[in-house]
Amino acid sequence: MFSLKQRDALLVSLRGINRPCRVMEVCGTHTVNIARSGLKQMLPPQIQLLSGPGCPVCVTAQGDIDAAIALARIPGVTILTFGDMIRVPGSESSLQMEHACGRDIRILYSPYDACRIAMENPEQQVVFLAVGFETTMPLIAATIRSAAQQRITNLSFFLLGKLLPPALRALCKQDITRIDGFLLPGHVAAILGIEPLQFLATEFGRPGVVAGFEPEEILLALAILVQRIGAGEIGTEIAYRSVVRPEGNRTAKALLKEVFQPTDVTWRGLGLIPNSGLAFQSSYTNFDARKRFSLGEFASKDPDGCLCGEILRGRYSSQDCPLFDHACTPETPIGPCMVSSEGSCAAAYRYERWK
Amino acid sequence: MKSIVVTMAHGSGGKLTQELIKEHFWPRFTNPALDSFLDSSILKIQKEIAFTTDAFVVKPIFFPGGTIGKLAVCGTINDLASVGAQPVYLSASFILEEGLTWKELDAVLDSMAETANEAKVKLVAADTKVVERGAGDKIYISTSGIGYLKVDPVPQPRRMKNGDAILVTGSIGNHGLAVLQARNSFFTKLPVESDCAPLWGLVEALLAAKIPIHAMRDPTRGGLATVASELAQASRLAVTLQEDQIPIDVPVQAACDMLGLDPLTLANEGKLVIIVPSAAADEALRVLHQHRYGRRAERIGDVQCQPEGLALLRSRIGGTRILESLSGEPLPRIC
Repeated sequence: MFSLKQRDALLVSLRGINRPCRVMEVCGTHTVNIARSGLKQMLPPQIQLLSGPGCPVCVTAQGDIDAAIALARIPGVTILTFGDMIRVPGSESSLQMEHACGRDIRILYSPYDACRIAMENPEQQVVFLAVGFETTMPLIAATIRSAAQQRITNLSFFLLGKLLPPALRALCKQDITRIDGFLLPGHVAAILGIEPLQFLATEFGRPGVVAGFEPEEILLALAILVQRIGAGEIGTEIAYRSVVRPEGNRTAKALLKEVFQPTDVTWRGLGLIPNSGLAFQSSYTNFDARKRFSLGEFASKDPDGCLCGEILRGRYSSQDCPLFDHACTPETPIGPCMVSSEGSCAAAYRYERWK
Repeated sequence: MKSIVVTMAHGSGGKLTQELIKEHFWPRFTNPALDSFLDSSILKIQKEIAFTTDAFVVKPIFFPGGTIGKLAVCGTINDLASVGAQPVYLSASFILEEGLTWKELDAVLDSMAETANEAKVKLVAADTKVVERGAGDKIYISTSGIGYLKVDPVPQPRRMKNGDAILVTGSIGNHGLAVLQARNSFFTKLPVESDCAPLWGLVEALLAAKIPIHAMRDPTRGGLATVASELAQASRLAVTLQEDQIPIDVPVQAACDMLGLDPLTLANEGKLVIIVPSAAADEALRVLHQHRYGRRAERIGDVQCQPEGLALLRSRIGGTRILESLSGEPLPRIC
């Protein structure tokens, strides 16, 4: 960690920028750490941070939440999920409410527990709600492979995994005029490497800097990015070299490729994006919960008045939403951005409301 | 044939209930009030007392650093200590689930008796009920406690003043994480134990050293963040904590970073947050450091006038954020 003197030097360099800079922090963990460390308030007014689509629970489409709830209601089904998902409101219920009504819904901390739980409950059909980006999905791929090796037949996966680069491309196509540069997610880059993110510079002419997650690391990456924006330098670089290698993590990428293939999926706010989701490779389709339970498509509408979709593409900030801190709070969430621990509305409510 | 587990018959009120009490409870908690075996215990009480009650449903009932029994005794003792009352009497009700083994029950009762002895409190009233298998979760304990008030005026938020110092008696988040870890196999076991401990001794030492305690809270469920927020609201003052002054053990911080948890919202069962005049802070810390449960006490913040009713955290990097009460996190039962 660096000294307060170094911090001040970075802040001085940020203040030196004499044009408005709109920077999108793509990753939900960045959003939360920026709010939690009070970093946002320390920045000069010409630097505006926009939250991006990098919170996996938040970008899960309303129809997929409703489908998960429908799965939970099937007699004999046990749902395994990460904690953040259970409070996201569907059209008429949430997994938490279903749990209170007696459905078997369990929170996992590690995907690896899924195999153990399935084996301990042979009479149940166990379904894992596999939400995540390139960072989480290799773990889920490893779990699926392990389930296949152990010939576990009562475990399936409701794949909700998503890929960030196609979503960023879709976002750029519509919104690039309002974004001057990207603070890029360190963990996703650690898996993918730098190449899949370079189109931001080469196709859309926007600089990007891969950032770590400590407040100091975020500040450093931001200072580099703002300097590039000011100087009109376009490129993609890594300010998180302790973790991110330019080529990424080859093992994790191979695992993703072995188990999954890209498919078109719907994102909340961004709509249907080509090749932005993950489907099973043909040798693993017997683990597909959609097939096993003949699950149809749920064409659900986003909650009335909720701006989550717009917030996820950086068009509005949480405080712009008329529901924020009125109808929508962490106790009575309406949209997923108020629920997830990585959601920008939850971060704004928890840490920034006093301003 | 003698049953190897608790059965419904042990809750019938008949012979087996007598046996349960005589074999498992009585030998551990014997004292004149309990031994009288009357429907109510007769107690000698001085004028001003503090009285509190609490229920314990922690899962699992055994976790690194404690048991549900130790937790039940500490929880009630610490609620009394937090208002400056010396804990003297406890009552306890036990809801046992059919199928609980004697070994499990005895281990819980042993840890209760040991903690009560350490804190010099007497269990003077107790009750047991048995519920069918599946209707409970091994064992639930509800405790009440009586303590003699040893300080006047009673420490409470409205006595807090602009400029007061905020102390915490040790590292934060250990209990919450120890229980989480006992429930889940999310990573290699980290060396984290619950901090569960009876804290009257700490308060007694501060009072003996004539430290004027303005307010005191034990940051259990909701953690330090919730207590800071509640102290600010109740006092209508601002509570500002310094992130880099808050003691957090390295494995606790590492696990929180990995799981996306905030250690400031994790439960503690052996810590106090103490508000004293700034001038008394150094002496208070010196006293706390001499006590086994206060070795890592730190001054973590200050009370200010503005912004009224809010708790703030000054982050390591120099930013400021609000400290919010924990709101309905999907965390497991921890106490």
